[in-house]
Amino acid sequence: MRKALIASISALALGLPSGAMAQDDPVRIGILVALEGAFAEGGADGVRNVELAIEQAGGSAGGREIETVVAPTDTTPDTTVRQARKLIEQDEVDIIIGPLSGSEGIAMRDFAKTIPDHTVINGISGALETTWVDPAENFFRFNLDGAQWGAGLGTYVVEEKGWDRVATVAADYSFGYTNFLGFAVDFCRAGGTIVERFWVPLGSSDFGGVIAAMPTDIDAIYLGVGGTDAINFLNQYAQAGADTNLIGGTIMADQTVLTSRGRAKEALIGTPTSGPLAEDNPDPAWQDYVAAYRDAFPEDERFPSPSLFGVGYYVATLAAIQALNEVDGDLSDGQAAFQEALATMPLETPLGTVTLNENRQATGSVFINEVVEDGEGGLKNEFKARQDDVNQTLGMTVEAFTAMGLPSRTTPDCNALGGNEG
Amino acid sequence: MQGFARRHPVWSLLIALAAAVLAWLIFAPWSEGLESVLGAKRIFLNALFGGITLGALYFLVASGFTLIFGLMRNVNLAHGSLYLLGGYLGFEVSERTGSWLLAFPVVFLLVGLLGIVLQHQVFRRMEGEELRQTMVTIGLSVVLADIMLWIWGGQSYTIFAPDWLFGPVTLPIISDVRDSGEAIYLRYPAVRMAILAAAIVIGVAMWLVLNRTRLGMLVRAGVDDREMLSASGVRIQYVFLAVFAFGAGLAGMAGIVGGTFQSLSPGEDTRFLLASLVVVIVGGMGSIPGAAIGALAIGLSEQMGLVYAPTYSVVFTFLIMAAVLAFRPQGLLGEAR
Repeated sequence: MRKALIASISALALGLPSGAMAQDDPVRIGILVALEGAFAEGGADGVRNVELAIEQAGGSAGGREIETVVAPTDTTPDTTVRQARKLIEQDEVDIIIGPLSGSEGIAMRDFAKTIPDHTVINGISGALETTWVDPAENFFRFNLDGAQWGAGLGTYVVEEKGWDRVATVAADYSFGYTNFLGFAVDFCRAGGTIVERFWVPLGSSDFGGVIAAMPTDIDAIYLGVGGTDAINFLNQYAQAGADTNLIGGTIMADQTVLTSRGRAKEALIGTPTSGPLAEDNPDPAWQDYVAAYRDAFPEDERFPSPSLFGVGYYVATLAAIQALNEVDGDLSDGQAAFQEALATMPLETPLGTVTLNENRQATGSVFINEVVEDGEGGLKNEFKARQDDVNQTLGMTVEAFTAMGLPSRTTPDCNALGGNEG
Repeated sequence: MQGFARRHPVWSLLIALAAAVLAWLIFAPWSEGLESVLGAKRIFLNALFGGITLGALYFLVASGFTLIFGLMRNVNLAHGSLYLLGGYLGFEVSERTGSWLLAFPVVFLLVGLLGIVLQHQVFRRMEGEELRQTMVTIGLSVVLADIMLWIWGGQSYTIFAPDWLFGPVTLPIISDVRDSGEAIYLRYPAVRMAILAAAIVIGVAMWLVLNRTRLGMLVRAGVDDREMLSASGVRIQYVFLAVFAFGAGLAGMAGIVGGTFQSLSPGEDTRFLLASLVVVIVGGMGSIPGAAIGALAIGLSEQMGLVYAPTYSVVFTFLIMAAVLAFRPQGLLGEAR
């Protein structure tokens, strides 16, 4: 009420008849993105991809021009909320696209509840809780969460590789648990056995003791660590006489590990991983998107192909544009029609068709990749398989998924899912 | 040794007992009851050796730090940067020449030279001004970190050990006995054993130089009373230069070691600076045997913690430091002044 009052008073003050102008005003989109800290490069790619999507739409949607405002964060939740508040109150944006990282996403879910007449479309943050625990009505997520990214990999290693006894080493924090849960649910349902679970603190540099403690009668080790931790593990694993197969979590074989210098990463060759994209996905929609990305920016101002972060922001912008087109740019009545369109429309993306469930969380495709040599002395991911229609509850009923509990060191219980533990 | 035993009979007995239990744990085959409490012997041995080799790395970094600290009262907060710089230079040398061993003398010389420049051009100008030196070294570490980020970028580097050190070696320690009665010997990464041996050799050599040579005598005298030493006609600036160069070179070589069995990336500099500070606080400032004991304690607590209590492993290091500060603030082997 107060906002409406302020809005009409300011419109009067400008001497403009507010009703008639509403449809011709530009739509203002705030891009909430990490441009400082560990994900700064990825965040910059997010901004590029928002620009790309808007440019492809001709700079307008639903008959209204689109204006963007960038709000940089440093991946901490309090900065994110402060920047989001600035976007709403100072820059007067209609829609926020973002944020980028998991804890920011949870903070934005809570902030979204305080601005019900605006819409937040998630950038690429992947915490399960954001859309699972007490979700906000106006928070929409068109990317999969950390648990969904692990889906499909378990079946793949059991059925294609014949590895059904694994030990797991994963990082001892929220994303480590969540990403592991996706793998474990699938793996246990396929009849696999988790022989032992190891949880290592984030930032561990010496894994000698853990490597030695690996059980001897296993087919593979699941690695849910990333970045420098992953490189240290691989290095020490090779020095200890690498003698079994590896399975990677979503961040195990990303660009930070594959572009590291030295030969530690070679232990990764042949390792299957799962995640939200495959760089060499043969789907024409993906190929067209990659070509457009490469054409839109000079080579030294972009990645060789769009990053995970970039794709997330691109898809979020596509969603905003498509929903604006469907409602002819009508953002009145607390954006009710716009939010209804977002929630119900199927969205064609470079990653396949995405639909939202009742929590406004995406159901979409997960890609299985394998690390191979690229023939130039480096490593790359090769597309192997995809699993479509992965939903938030990983194919379980809501009751069963709730009963399993939130991701933790001991959740999921493999025995309860048809596999074996220990 | 005998003096210590005479002065502290109870402590000596406890230390001897602990050493005997440890030796028994390492060499005797474990009974099933013991395995059910502590887990497989293989895991214990690996955690133990992992801790000792990690301690060896910490010792290499911290011994130079403690010497510089003890002699010049100079908290060189850029010590971690020297470690990381040494690692990057070692990577370049071993990549270009294909020789891992060659990297050590080259890096020792280069980083030692940088140490001389730092001491001669920077620290000598602000002798005795501890706060100013501390601020300047923090500034230097920031500048060096940015320069290294500019040259080597943000990705991780690992230095590859030569083939003859790659993979595991079999140690003459029984890790397990099969049901058939056949003994399985412990297999352990060769490169880590080599690093352990090198650290022991360097440590013993440092002890010999400090305790058996004229230079060592000067350094020890300088640690005890700098003013009196210079009053007696010794050109103490040369001693400072030599010690600073040696400490810096050692940190640089430690960088190669760290890059070989861990990895190098921005941020490792502060991690190792922190580790060195903890080691020096635990061991006692200016004491080489203290640095060895401190490094061993920290390395073992990290590795044992990671295997037996992963949740709390992060705090053990700091618990040890807090306990030492509470009960023996001068450090285990430090001298109260």
